Amino acid sequence: MAASPETSRTVTDAFSRHALSWLDALPWLFVVLAYVAANQYLPLGTQVMIMAIFALALDLALGYGGIATLGHAAFFGVGAYSAGLYALYVSSEPVSGLVVAAIAGGLAGLAAGPLVLHTRGLTLVMLTLAIATMLHELANTFKSVTGGADGLFGYKIAPLFGLFRFDLAGRTAYWYGAGVMAVVFFLSKALVNSPFGLAVRGIRENPVRMRMLGVPVTRRLVLLYAISGAFAAVAGALSAQVTRLVGLDSLEFVVSGNVLVMLILGGTGSLYGAFLGATLFVVLADRAAAVSPFHWLFAVGAVLILAVRYAPNGLVGVIADVAARWRRGRA
Amino acid sequence: MTPPALEIAGIDKSFGALHVARNISLALPVGARHALIGPNGAGKTTLVNLISGLLRPAAGSILLTGIDITHASPERRVALGLARTFQISSLFPGLTVAENVALALESRLGLDRRLWGSVRGRPELVDGAASLLETLGLLALAGRPVSDLPYGQRRLVEIALVLALEPRILLLDEPAAGVASVDRGVLLDLLLRLPEALTVLVIEHDMSLVFRLAQRITVLVEGAVLTEGSVAEVRADPRVRDVYLGSRPHG
Repeated sequence: MAASPETSRTVTDAFSRHALSWLDALPWLFVVLAYVAANQYLPLGTQVMIMAIFALALDLALGYGGIATLGHAAFFGVGAYSAGLYALYVSSEPVSGLVVAAIAGGLAGLAAGPLVLHTRGLTLVMLTLAIATMLHELANTFKSVTGGADGLFGYKIAPLFGLFRFDLAGRTAYWYGAGVMAVVFFLSKALVNSPFGLAVRGIRENPVRMRMLGVPVTRRLVLLYAISGAFAAVAGALSAQVTRLVGLDSLEFVVSGNVLVMLILGGTGSLYGAFLGATLFVVLADRAAAVSPFHWLFAVGAVLILAVRYAPNGLVGVIADVAARWRRGRA
Repeated sequence: MTPPALEIAGIDKSFGALHVARNISLALPVGARHALIGPNGAGKTTLVNLISGLLRPAAGSILLTGIDITHASPERRVALGLARTFQISSLFPGLTVAENVALALESRLGLDRRLWGSVRGRPELVDGAASLLETLGLLALAGRPVSDLPYGQRRLVEIALVLALEPRILLLDEPAAGVASVDRGVLLDLLLRLPEALTVLVIEHDMSLVFRLAQRITVLVEGAVLTEGSVAEVRADPRVRDVYLGSRPHG
């Protein structure tokens, strides 16, 4: 296996990589700009970041592993309830609450994964949907734990690192969200660059062939599902800590649907789509609801129709096309 | 006495009323070059699917170097040294040629569950893929997505994938089908240079390739073994000419 340096070079370049570039600074540059320019909208900004983390988690499962799911709210909800219960009964310290929620989400993925991931396509969509619906019903039934329709409330969240109080204007929550988003993003990036990351892309492309190469496909997908579940749970936990409220709505079907719409709007399989899609969706929904509280979904629907028609690869696809055209124009 | 590399005994399989494998038995000693021929629909690919674990037989047993794998998962069979190619190119179309080969290398080296480090940073993946692609003359295409490649070159990538697994038993399902004559030379060259200890079972319609590559030939007709023998014996057998060689042009 003595390959010459040039040969090695050629092959190294042939491995696609989610390289660290100036592009990666953009989301956080935007976070800083938004903080300066739109100070009164900080809670909305935090909401965007929570959904971006959730969409990132979904991108790992769907965009990289090809796991078609309409039940990711299950993990979001598990994270939210874990963080809420932790704050109520164990400790009001926020970071350990996130860790506990991530572990709960990961375990939920490890438990549900083997049940659903041996299937694909529509069957998989239905099974993920069924699991999320069952969790919603369980949360509704065991009122002594979850508070039923009233949800969990009345818990406090201690200052971040013992220093920064969660203020009414939402400044601490905003930076807390930005920090957690950075951690989840760079962990996701490392994951998709790893040998495991290549293996799950192989499974997405051709699972039968992966088995014929000797890879236990279901087991690899379960691991990916658990990691995605842990990140989705972090998003749910953030929401629980920032809003100081956990309700049944965190487990609802519409949450699974919304995050899928965000990811498709932004573009799957690139990690960046999560930022763009979550920003567009949350801001659009908020503005449309301000204009017309009962018909805001109409605007979201219209944008989705236009996106599917004119930007099938999402906003990331549009940007990549424009960049490619620009580069060709210069060459 | 060393057990045969691959031993099939009394394999039976039906799809509904269609009997696709009838009491097939076959034994390949280590290092064998064995060809499976027969008219279309004779059950050749079915037999390869049964050996590789995509299908399960209704009766009979399959032994890999003496180990019963009749009910083993496909992954387990690969772990025991079995690899196969597919008649209809079955690769990872959205990934580059180098990534396709790296997937096979990852599987052999147990790296497919490694969550840390980068693919680029692993010399065993980079150099392993580089030397395989160089051998197959595919180095210039390393960075191209497989979906961009013409059919013949995809077949060569198929071969690169199974070679990356360093198997002990290799099943080749029509490796030359659809390959242009230019690439056919490269392919035959490559198949003739396979390690001697490797046991090869090849399905192929191109008789010139079969006669150059194989030592023994099994003729399948309607799911059953018509005859088995050396290349010369099979070529001389009038029944074989009737059902296959005579009635149908090559290719």
